[in-house]
Amino acid sequence: MIDTLIQGILLGGYYAVIACGLSFMFSVMRIINLAHGSLAVAAAYGLWLLASTFGISPFAGLLIVLPVMAATGWVLQRYLLERSSRGGALLPILTTFGLAIVIDNLMFEQFGADTRSLAPYIGSLSYDSWELPGSIYVGKLAVMTMATAIALLGGLQIFLTRFALGRAIRATAEDPDTAGLVGIDARKANALAAAIAMVTVGIAGAFLGMRATFDPYSGGPQLLFAFEAAVIGGAGSLWGTLVGGVVLGLAQSLGAQVHPQGFLIGGHAVFLAVLFARLFLTGAPFVSKIGLYKTGFTKIRAAIRSTP
Amino acid sequence: MTSVTNGITIERWTRSSRLALGSVAVAVVLFAIAPLALGAGAIDRMTALFIYVILAAMWNALAGFGGLVSVGQQVFFGLGAYFTIRLADAGLNPFLSLFAAALITGAISLPLSFFMLRLKGGEFAIGMWVISALTHMLVNLDRLIQGETGTSLISLNVYDSSTRRVVIYWLALASMAALLGILFALLRSRAGAAIQAIRDNEDAATSLGVRVIATKRLLFVLAAFGIAVAGALWLATVTTFQPKTYFSVQWTAYMIFMVLVGGLGKFEGAILGAVLFFVIETFFGSMGVWYLIGLGATAVVFSLFLPHGLWGEIERRFDLRLLPVGYRLKLPGPTKIQWNQ
Repeated sequence: MIDTLIQGILLGGYYAVIACGLSFMFSVMRIINLAHGSLAVAAAYGLWLLASTFGISPFAGLLIVLPVMAATGWVLQRYLLERSSRGGALLPILTTFGLAIVIDNLMFEQFGADTRSLAPYIGSLSYDSWELPGSIYVGKLAVMTMATAIALLGGLQIFLTRFALGRAIRATAEDPDTAGLVGIDARKANALAAAIAMVTVGIAGAFLGMRATFDPYSGGPQLLFAFEAAVIGGAGSLWGTLVGGVVLGLAQSLGAQVHPQGFLIGGHAVFLAVLFARLFLTGAPFVSKIGLYKTGFTKIRAAIRSTP
Repeated sequence: MTSVTNGITIERWTRSSRLALGSVAVAVVLFAIAPLALGAGAIDRMTALFIYVILAAMWNALAGFGGLVSVGQQVFFGLGAYFTIRLADAGLNPFLSLFAAALITGAISLPLSFFMLRLKGGEFAIGMWVISALTHMLVNLDRLIQGETGTSLISLNVYDSSTRRVVIYWLALASMAALLGILFALLRSRAGAAIQAIRDNEDAATSLGVRVIATKRLLFVLAAFGIAVAGALWLATVTTFQPKTYFSVQWTAYMIFMVLVGGLGKFEGAILGAVLFFVIETFFGSMGVWYLIGLGATAVVFSLFLPHGLWGEIERRFDLRLLPVGYRLKLPGPTKIQWNQ
């Protein structure tokens, strides 16, 4: 039982990693990127390709894949999302959904239906574990994923509060027009945010490949997991994402104990239960605005107001 | 035609639209007697076309008119088929089961709507996908379905294959005509004015006292029912039920493609999109993966450059309305007012 709980919590680390990019993009641009999971799988394929053909370890491969992901995010925002969001809030959903279909099937065309994994390229890390008292084993990779999740969320938090670029993104998220008044280029801030989100997607892809197998159509389920974790945690809240990931991971691990299909059912059920509870207890739409990042920008706005 | 003032008139029917409605009636009659001339393969393909038109029209009702983009509509497609299997297994006539199953699915969508319609935009879109994924898992638990192995609608076997084929064809044709008729009538009714107001500007509609949620619920339930009919009919044509193929997001991808290409929020657009999809599938469907890549890429291109689809473009360029669900203003003299969103 304790073992299941620990595995569930650690699994939550992976969900936090994959959810934070989705949540971040939603909070800044109000766009839910339906190609999120497919892009993570694409990053995993990129790492797999580097490892299998050039013998580059997935960790070194990240040095190549992450800049590519960042560039992808920038291009995605500047040439697709920016354009389609001008046509209303619904079009970006359709654009990114179409994109997901294209990415999934291109990967299928290129790599076939075989499932792949990065586990063979990371040596013993994929199965190494530490033994805790009471003969409980925790995988080193799972602990590493959790540590990465915390580092990633902490890093994003520091970036958004302490750096000028981060503050520009926050200001754009809050109110692009007012941000423009203080000299912030909203288009650039959005593109930068998309680039950062895609870097986190690349990292998520790496962990997806290392801890399990993936195939060209794995993107859909990963999108659902990311979405569920983000919503359970309250999208737009960075640390909430970690909580959401852990809750999802726990529900899945416990569900798997009950029934062979319980892994997925448990995850979906806890997501709906949280949604239900939140809707009917607070009566408010569940995905809040980005409350967490607000404070800094309120100061800017107060400064503008006080200027004669 | 109502005269307002200064010779300005408001009109709904134009000569071209009267002509169009007449041709629709003729087309339905021709389709109804077509099985006499068509071969078995052609009848099956036409049945598929009718099902595509239903799917496109229902997704368009939800997204184009209700402003609710869902990527989980396959849940109703799958449930329509699943309940057909269940009812037929319980001894109900398989053809009756098709529609009883759709009614059950429609009834389930009502409580679901109280919950899901609280979500907005992308949250609703993926939320529906989660519902679909969960329903898929739960259907797999049913012993009758035998997990992903699936089962088939064996009770259809009592009819010989040619009778079965033609009856399903007629049922599909009748369902399509009825659902399009219901949607057309709905859009032209008082509720239709509310629906189109929501489509054009939800906030403005709310401020005018339009009951936004109730109107959206109507569309949600109608779309659930219609898509369930399509799923049940699909089951009748292929007879096998594998949960994976029915609860596949691919169905939603098809619906999105048809509506985006045809024209989001255009009544005629969904029909045009379904016909185009049918033609593309007939010629390129055998290309497998590249066909799907092409569908996805086309959807992206349309969402970026032609968000009102082909029919939107035709309407704008030629000022043509074949099946009018709105009104338009006619000024005296040669000037024409074009209604754009």
